[in-house]
Amino acid sequence: MTWMRAGLPHGSERRSLLPFLLGILFFCSLRCVPTAQAEDTQGQAADRVEASLAAASPPSAAPSPVTDLEIRDKPLDAGKVLLVSFGRSSDDPGGHGAVTRYALLRRGPADTAFAVVKTLTALVKGDRLSYEDTGLKPGAGYSYLVRTLTASGVFSDGPVFGPVAPARQWFFTNKINTLITTILFVILILAYIRAARRGRSLFIRRIAGLDAIDEAVGRCTEMGKPTLYIPGISTISDVATIASLNILGQVAKKIATYQSRILVPNRDPFVYPVTQDVVKFAFAEAGYPQDFREDDVYFVTNDQFAYAAAVCGTMVREKPGANLLLGMFFAESLILAETGSSIGAIQIAGTDAISQLPFFVTACDYTIIGEELYAASAYIGREPTLLGSLKGQDYFKLCVLILIIIGVALMTSGVLLRNQPFDWVSQILKVRAAGG
Amino acid sequence: MKTQLPLFICAVAGIFMAVQYFVPAALPAYERVNDYLQIVYAFSIVLGVASVVHRHGGRVQKRRKDWPYSLAALIALLFMLLAGFIGGRGRETLFQALFNAILLPVQATMFALLAFYLASASFRAFRTRSTDATVLLIAAVIVMIGRLDDGRALGIPDIARWILNTPNLAAKRAILIGVGLGMASTALKVVVGIERSYLGSGKE
Repeated sequence: MTWMRAGLPHGSERRSLLPFLLGILFFCSLRCVPTAQAEDTQGQAADRVEASLAAASPPSAAPSPVTDLEIRDKPLDAGKVLLVSFGRSSDDPGGHGAVTRYALLRRGPADTAFAVVKTLTALVKGDRLSYEDTGLKPGAGYSYLVRTLTASGVFSDGPVFGPVAPARQWFFTNKINTLITTILFVILILAYIRAARRGRSLFIRRIAGLDAIDEAVGRCTEMGKPTLYIPGISTISDVATIASLNILGQVAKKIATYQSRILVPNRDPFVYPVTQDVVKFAFAEAGYPQDFREDDVYFVTNDQFAYAAAVCGTMVREKPGANLLLGMFFAESLILAETGSSIGAIQIAGTDAISQLPFFVTACDYTIIGEELYAASAYIGREPTLLGSLKGQDYFKLCVLILIIIGVALMTSGVLLRNQPFDWVSQILKVRAAGG
Repeated sequence: MKTQLPLFICAVAGIFMAVQYFVPAALPAYERVNDYLQIVYAFSIVLGVASVVHRHGGRVQKRRKDWPYSLAALIALLFMLLAGFIGGRGRETLFQALFNAILLPVQATMFALLAFYLASASFRAFRTRSTDATVLLIAAVIVMIGRLDDGRALGIPDIARWILNTPNLAAKRAILIGVGLGMASTALKVVVGIERSYLGSGKE
């Protein structure tokens, strides 16, 4: 800096020039007289800078701790959950201040120190933050505290809360209506089964689809063709599959009696051994165990469309005289039914999958709709106890129908009389989910 | 014993399932049972594979009709098994490549066939041979036009919505009520041992 070295003095002389330089600065500031608007803008900018600095840099002191921690037992559960909630620190205006997150610390009955179980960000809506602490031991006491943290890691711990023990409940009190209805249903069914066992005559209406099973099996026997039985593609936990297995037992017995052949391709590896046993026992019971062929009841694949392709292939190659599609079906239903239709087989389908029913109605000769599938075993077997249960089911349905009519009448009259429905019937009968 | 034991197991399992629906304290046990089911399911896959090998192996061995297809099925099964066991099932593995290049397109093809089957089934359903079929045809046409913009001037979307939300929904709910009761009744019969056709025998 040549000019400094040449023009400006050093040492004490430099200090004596300080008032002079300040004077020049003052003069310059007088020259640049700001307008009101400019002044405001500068002021806002300064505020912004200050705010951003405050956000970026940690405060010299620790943030205010959380003091209103609340721990509650979760209602209607197995005693493994505690509900934790707390308000924000006074230094946290909603995640945009110095406080960036909260750590929830827990000390269990076997712990010597607190440990972090969850870190919650401050950048969430609402005045309170909440968390469900799961996997706890029923009846054991747990203590909690909340650690308030800034971006730089400076923190402050709130007071310890607890111990609180999660309690195990023994009854879903919100399901009492379901329990009463279930008990009434069971009593009705058992009463009619008892009546049937005592020899009371029970009338069951004709179900065309089920009557046709005899005709279909007879046709297969006459033509020397096998019957293809598809037990749906769902698992054994599906009641429709169990209903299908019940029908399979009856159908297989008829086929065995006629000394005909049945093919049962399976999609579910759980269902496969059961179908094999059902058919094997049915042949044995009919007196023709030697006619049972193990390879006729087989597992195909677990894949939905690969299964559909394989069964369609079986239909085309083996040309069965009858196709019985009974159980739970999904998107493959129409592929199977249309292929069966193209080979000229008599087709009887039954499912409780409402979305698949139109396809079966269109492509099959007979369709067993919804509840008829569950009635099939009793209908075909004609066993009095099973028929009795069917009758009990029908009477319960009548009760449901009466309740629907009462409910509709009350709702309508409420709207007509006071512009608000009388909904107490629907409230009483409302099915509530667990914990809801 | 052969009949009694399965019936007993079935009754215990069925009663437990009913109890857990009403007792929150039973939920952990229910979750554990579900975990056990996964394990049993994994073992049942072995049974399934054994069935496939037995069935197709027998056909190949005895040179039955269409045995080359069975041979192809066995080779494919073995190849996929080896690819999975040796190369793993990660992203860049042979198993995944085979899955993406062969299995997925074949599955998609089967699913796509549904469109053609829908067309042929609709054609049969909408043939106006009876009064029922005529009603079905008219309702279907209204619902289909209702999905288009063209029918708005005639108020067809409103009629379509009414068909779907009133008579259609009422019928659906009626079926659902029957299905629900049928399921409950079947479950009860199985649990108390009245319905035992699934055991292969209706009697002791």
